Amino acid sequence: MEPTQIIFLVTAIMMLSSAVMVVSSRHLVHAALWLIVTLFGAAVLFALLEATFIAVIQVVVYIGAIAIMFIFAVMLTRRELRDSADPWNKGWPVALALTAVVAVTLGSFLLKWDGLLKTSQPMAEGYDSVASLGTALISPDAFVLPFEVASVLLLAALLGSVYVAMNKK
Amino acid sequence: MNFWSDPINSVYESWLLAFTGWGLDATLSQVIIYILGILILITFAMVIDILLVWVERKVVARFQGRLGPNRIGPFGLFQPIPDVIKLIIKEDTTPANADKFVYNLAPVLSLASVLFLWAVVPLAVNIFGVDLNIALLYMIATGAFGTLSIIMAGWSSNNKYALLGAYRQVASMISFEIPMVVSLLIPAIITGTLSMKTITEYQVNNFWFFLVSPLGALLFLIAAIAELGRSPFDLNEGESEIVSGYHIEYSGMKFGLFYAGEMLHAFTFGGLLAVLFFGGWHGPFSSEFPLLGVLYFVAKAMFGYWIIMWIKYTVPRIRIDHMLLFNWKFLTPLAFALLIVTALVHPLLKDQPQWIYILGMFLSNLLLGWVTIEILRGRSAKERAAVEPVAAVGHH
Repeated sequence: MEPTQIIFLVTAIMMLSSAVMVVSSRHLVHAALWLIVTLFGAAVLFALLEATFIAVIQVVVYIGAIAIMFIFAVMLTRRELRDSADPWNKGWPVALALTAVVAVTLGSFLLKWDGLLKTSQPMAEGYDSVASLGTALISPDAFVLPFEVASVLLLAALLGSVYVAMNKK
Repeated sequence: MNFWSDPINSVYESWLLAFTGWGLDATLSQVIIYILGILILITFAMVIDILLVWVERKVVARFQGRLGPNRIGPFGLFQPIPDVIKLIIKEDTTPANADKFVYNLAPVLSLASVLFLWAVVPLAVNIFGVDLNIALLYMIATGAFGTLSIIMAGWSSNNKYALLGAYRQVASMISFEIPMVVSLLIPAIITGTLSMKTITEYQVNNFWFFLVSPLGALLFLIAAIAELGRSPFDLNEGESEIVSGYHIEYSGMKFGLFYAGEMLHAFTFGGLLAVLFFGGWHGPFSSEFPLLGVLYFVAKAMFGYWIIMWIKYTVPRIRIDHMLLFNWKFLTPLAFALLIVTALVHPLLKDQPQWIYILGMFLSNLLLGWVTIEILRGRSAKERAAVEPVAAVGHH
């Protein structure tokens, strides 16, 4: 077994168990903390695939943003951070059956797929994924239009939030 | 391979030879050597950190006209050792309703977020943890962990002052990250890469970026001080208002970890300032003797750290609304203006002789700084006239 495979397995187990903890934890802040562990695991997986840019963006966006969500959870809910309701409702057999069907279908597809046991190919020497990504985002025959549309959308959202927050006299 | 010209690789090869000689698998011994390397790097940073306690106490004493530690060892140099012993044998207290696991994890994460940074900092021409092609972004990402640790500490202590400190930290983090990222883009524009190693090498072969972007270095320094939460931006601690904020409930070595993390963080930002704007390990004979490069790097980082201390112990704390206004209405627009000016002047002049390029870039920075100061002067005159109508009339 190669070191990267060991890292992958450890990360995968960590991600799955913390994902279960996110939905099963009764404490809102603990759920947010487990979510951070899960998303950090995703960043580790990206790093294993040598997608360093995506890995770091994952950490910047998700862990940085969840820290803020954390604060808002504390601010808005104050005392009642603990969920005391019964987590089971009447629909649980249906949910279980649906999940089982999806799991069996996905599992059978994965077993047929020959890429399951392949290890990833190392990146070519000197290949700069960040530079290629940057070029692709601004070159006219690649993604310049979606990129600009997304920028305009974000700008509109920014202006909208300023307008909403503005103190009208 | 010669130890003096390539220390890391020569040590690596001799260890690999020794480990495989003992009958270990080549891959396994490689992993073991990598882990040992990480431990050595962390130890290097932590040993510097112990020394920094003495440096900080001695320097603040000089700024305040005192002597500072002077009893133990020459110039009080061994003072940190009893300090550490004191921290270790202190009672370890935990508030009754604290969230124990999060409470204990926060100081560890706080120090770890600083140690993460050392993975990408090039200490010399061939002494570095890893040459990431996104090192500058990585730096921002580790900052997210630092903020997270402060929020975890503030929330889990179950203390309202601690939580207030965490709120303030989030407010300053969201705001000052923007000028920080924009000022990082200036070396990136000039070199066309985000790798710290390449940025340093470019400066070694050409010129220090401090010459072409003094304003960028200043913006980075201000944003770094805000990110560190040091005075004048130490609102998250604010000992006179919220009794040292997020680490109010911590005692003993847990407080020690926060303290060590803060100190090392300031030193590391001094080092990053050196890497980005002052040529990193560049100095006489630094390419031939990498260990000399490490020395230059540490000296430059100490200089950056000294500037941060100088500001910390000179200026008072600013109010939170002033801090946010300062960022959103002054620092952020200035950073974006500087980014636009750099992005326009750099391609215009980059094919010219080097002295024209440096002069042009320097003058463009100077011009931008002058225009900013003029605008500020006009606005402050207007504000003063609104507040003190009598004085304004007398002036006219």
